Amino acid sequence: MSGRVRELLKSHGTPPREVYLDNENSGWVPPEVVEATLPYFNVKGYGHPSITNKPGWEALELILEFKELLSSVINGEPENVHITHSGTEANNLAILGVKRRGKVIVSDVEHYSVLLPALTLDAVRAPVDEQGFIDLDVLSQLVDSETVLVSVQAVNHEIGTIQPVKEVYEVVKDRNPDALVHVDACDALGRVELNSDYADLMTFSSHKVLGPKGAGALYTKVKLEPPLKGALSTETLWPGVENVPAVAGFKKALELYLEDDLEELRRKRDKLIKGLLSIPDTLLNGPRDRRAPDNVNVSFLRVEGEAITVELSMRGIYVSSGSACTSRLLEPSHVMLAIGRSYEEAHGSVMFKLTRYLTWEDVDYVLEQVPEAIERLRNISPL
Amino acid sequence: MLMSTRVPLPYTPKVLELFRNPRNLGKMESPDVVSQAGSPACGDVITIYLKIRCGIVVEAKFESYGCAANIAAASALTEMIKGKKVEEAWSVEWKDVADELGGLPAIKRHCSILAVGALRRAIRSYYKDEKPEWLPSELTLAERQALEEEELIDRLYGGRVART
Repeated sequence: MSGRVRELLKSHGTPPREVYLDNENSGWVPPEVVEATLPYFNVKGYGHPSITNKPGWEALELILEFKELLSSVINGEPENVHITHSGTEANNLAILGVKRRGKVIVSDVEHYSVLLPALTLDAVRAPVDEQGFIDLDVLSQLVDSETVLVSVQAVNHEIGTIQPVKEVYEVVKDRNPDALVHVDACDALGRVELNSDYADLMTFSSHKVLGPKGAGALYTKVKLEPPLKGALSTETLWPGVENVPAVAGFKKALELYLEDDLEELRRKRDKLIKGLLSIPDTLLNGPRDRRAPDNVNVSFLRVEGEAITVELSMRGIYVSSGSACTSRLLEPSHVMLAIGRSYEEAHGSVMFKLTRYLTWEDVDYVLEQVPEAIERLRNISPL
Repeated sequence: MLMSTRVPLPYTPKVLELFRNPRNLGKMESPDVVSQAGSPACGDVITIYLKIRCGIVVEAKFESYGCAANIAAASALTEMIKGKKVEEAWSVEWKDVADELGGLPAIKRHCSILAVGALRRAIRSYYKDEKPEWLPSELTLAERQALEEEELIDRLYGGRVART
């Protein structure tokens, strides 16, 4: 099997210029973040953080430093931070760990790691408008005395919609003070202001802030029942020893993320959006205002998204698509359909997630290559 | 039930090569027959153009709206049938196209089925007035599959109309 992939890569070759813009699916990890992880493999803190020996205490020190940092970003308490091995695990813990059973409500555009566990609890899906904003009036009607949990992400992972989390929290608590509010903040961390005053549970993921894969965190102000069984460590809610090197990387990546010049990121985003929309028959997915500073998502009509990702890959531009062709069930992205995009519009969607490492020259290169790529594919298409 | 969405697609170098440099691409001037299969809603459409002289496919061209495998499959198929008797072109199976591409990931096999479906639809249309003996009356699997995909539009779309 690996031989086939090797042949594919050989045939693909390495383009002279490479611009990585698929940070949503898998973050590019900066060298200084990699460096921060290395000592924790075999120099210090390689011990188990709940065992009473020096390498264990060094690991514990790092874990507590991380919790202090993360909680300071959201105006919370370090002891409420629980480390998992991914954002997916933290979302599952939030949804499945709530002890009380009752009505669960999730927005229609949540990440699968919220949506799928929630659907096992027969969750109700709250609609969003054409830009992905949750309808607060409908949400208010959905929340009743039976409601135990409402989950709404702070920033949408595909189209960058910044949800009005404070308003969501107030609407839910106004209708039912006992209902819990979970905020999936994986794509919001370091990008929009987050405040634990307006959430009972919050999810974070290392690789979404350019940390290594293998670390996530759940902030919880309420007691949960761990859905996964095993030996608990310093963590009381998620079994399995903490991935200490990954947590070290998460911490370093977050420190760097917090230093980002968001205004500069916004300018690059806007230049990309403007340039891409100048390609005929191109639609912006998600809002113009109240959009994450690092998110660009457009649909190119009459072109299929998977073909775009392959075409751009050969030009050294690495992106992803909400097309059905990247899907196991040949169904396009549920986010695209939830905002009212047709199947054809969803098939032509392409997502770019920017980071501070994207230069203005990279932006120009993307804007030079993408129109050529779309034109070539449209010339192949009979539509 | 929803499932996780990403699936590995280790395309062969041949798929990548034909995606990069498709053979027989584009509209054909004054073809003897043109046929299309698939639907924009499903994300793949293949148009096949044929020029037939004395029962031989002398020219075959295609257009494709779809993924890399879709484009490569249509390109490979047109290359395979050029210069062949129409009967021989008819007998090309989706597996032959997949083999020509060095294999296709399971989830992409429908691309070669759709290409064969479009070709057979074209051949059937060419012989609509005078059906040769070798042409079956019943739709073949590839033709039925193309039809099913098109009928999916109503089910998937639920009346949703594309906006531009």
